Amino acid sequence: MTTFEAAKLVAGREIRVKLRDKAFLFGTVLLLFFTALGVFLPMLLDGGPDKVAVVGATHVAALEQAGLDVQVVADRAAAEQLVRDEEVSAAVVDGPVVLALEDAPQDVVSALSVEPPVEFLDPDALNEAARFLVPFVLSFLFFLTTLTFGVQIAQSVTEEKQTRIVEILVSSVPVRALLIGKVAAMTLLAFGQLALLVTFGVIGMRVADVGGPLIDALIPTIGWFLPFFVIGFLMLATLWAAVGALAARLEDVNATSAPLQFMVMIPFFLVLSLQENPFAMTVLSYVPFSAPIAMPARVFSGEAAAWEPYLALVILLATTALTLLAGARIYQGSLLRTNGRTSFATAWRNPTPVG
Amino acid sequence: MTTVLNVEAVNRTFGERQVLKDVSFTVDSGRLTGFVGANGAGKTTTMRIILGVLAADSGQVTWHGRPVTREDRQKFGYMPEERGLYPKMTVVEQVVYLGRLHGLSAADAKRRTTALLERLELSERGGDPVEKLSLGNQQRAQIAAALVHDPELLVLDEPFSGLDPIAVETVLAVLRERARSGAAVLFSSHQLELVERLCDDLAIIADGTIRAAGSRTWLREQYTLPRYSVEVESDAGWLRDEPGVTLLELDGRRAVFDLDPGTDDQAVLRSALARGPVRAFAPVRPSLAEIFREVIQ
Repeated sequence: MTTFEAAKLVAGREIRVKLRDKAFLFGTVLLLFFTALGVFLPMLLDGGPDKVAVVGATHVAALEQAGLDVQVVADRAAAEQLVRDEEVSAAVVDGPVVLALEDAPQDVVSALSVEPPVEFLDPDALNEAARFLVPFVLSFLFFLTTLTFGVQIAQSVTEEKQTRIVEILVSSVPVRALLIGKVAAMTLLAFGQLALLVTFGVIGMRVADVGGPLIDALIPTIGWFLPFFVIGFLMLATLWAAVGALAARLEDVNATSAPLQFMVMIPFFLVLSLQENPFAMTVLSYVPFSAPIAMPARVFSGEAAAWEPYLALVILLATTALTLLAGARIYQGSLLRTNGRTSFATAWRNPTPVG
Repeated sequence: MTTVLNVEAVNRTFGERQVLKDVSFTVDSGRLTGFVGANGAGKTTTMRIILGVLAADSGQVTWHGRPVTREDRQKFGYMPEERGLYPKMTVVEQVVYLGRLHGLSAADAKRRTTALLERLELSERGGDPVEKLSLGNQQRAQIAAALVHDPELLVLDEPFSGLDPIAVETVLAVLRERARSGAAVLFSSHQLELVERLCDDLAIIADGTIRAAGSRTWLREQYTLPRYSVEVESDAGWLRDEPGVTLLELDGRRAVFDLDPGTDDQAVLRSALARGPVRAFAPVRPSLAEIFREVIQ
């Protein structure tokens, strides 16, 4: 059996186990739920068109054109009563005078007045909320996925070590087949989960007809986010497997993986807090550990030149190649040391305990 | 019945401690080889080196005369001392998975798993996650995992520890079947009576060195002392005064004695016959436990 065939078997098992893992399935459903909430909530809160009562037929056409639900009543008294009972949000009586309880109903007022035309000089510019929200959501997705999947990779490596099944595995297949299979399976699952969320979100936005020009700006951003996500995840995944192999028991994983947890958290918080600082963002978008979140953010805000994501991706790829080698070396050097926690140095110095 | 596995002058140190010193022995196909030693003598380390889980500092392990390769190890079955299977995976799933890792096709792995669980009387628990099984049943699952790919060499580290007597018999029968069909079986145990009953060959290890190795019959002959037991019709006390005889035990008509070198056992027999009928007169064969005690000193 080749290493590839063995890795495929290992990956197959990992995926089967994960797809039956209730915590994983529940987590995915929960993320889909929040995505749906984010997309459809504004529409639900909107509660349909406002109702307005009108005396006489003069203004009916203008109000209906503004998308209001018009109810014609006999006189001012009837209109007032409807407003007081909160049957309608406003009423229009002769004059025309607009009746409301306390707030001036903007939609009714503008339907009845003549507004000067507004010309947009930069019609594609995105509103402030979207400028903050989109990079935040993408950063959060990367942060959440690399952290949760990462811890799971480490734990599943430690589990194999702790139960000693690793001895049986290593006696039949090469150590690197175990590593490749596990990392490939988790990368595939993480990417699958992300793709599901993104597709669901974008389709939802189209269906709910929210976002408008936002979607057009989102597509290239997501187009860049996906490769950065996959390679960034891969870069970290092997390291997670390595810190899992350093632990002898599941209780150790937290300690052995602490440096890695910081490497995931720090870039996330840096990108969030330095978003308004173009220089810092430029630097972060090239540093491999923050590039997967900073570069798509810069693409989204339109600050990145066309060639920039390519360069950042090349740097990320090169770093990933290095972490794959380093991670594999630590993994091999510590996987079969079952007497307590293995130090990083011991694992590094003795990369091949297997004869 | 040929030698298939050859452990040749294997050395291994952990830090300052040398745990294996020139360990050499052979394992034959079609036979059960018992690997006996006290805790910490080096049994597990030797087995891990055979399986490639650990590297030897020097020396080598050969399979059919050539250094063991990864392909050879696909045909080995291994049951580690500290039992381990995936706790949350079902018995069937993991036995099938391990079969596939040893090169079986999906269909073969399933077929053999079913048959093996049947044979080990574990079929009813096949769909249960391993963590839900009793310790004895976990042990059977572990044995199934080692046997599923019909290995040519079976290496079992303490396969009987933790088994109830019925399970011991089941596992014993399965191991015998495997040997009869041509597999080489190497197992370690500290239950010497069991090893004595089960194995054809033996390797005894103490403090990292092989103290004795060979077939059980050969070893017993080798370590047989000039010791005899006798049963006569009347009191056997006269043996005390017989030339060349050291009396060890005297229990009325029964006695156990050693002969000095050069003393003729038949002369003792004749002098017993001269005193009356002799019901029994035989050399005392040492038990494995006795041989073990002697060689590890």
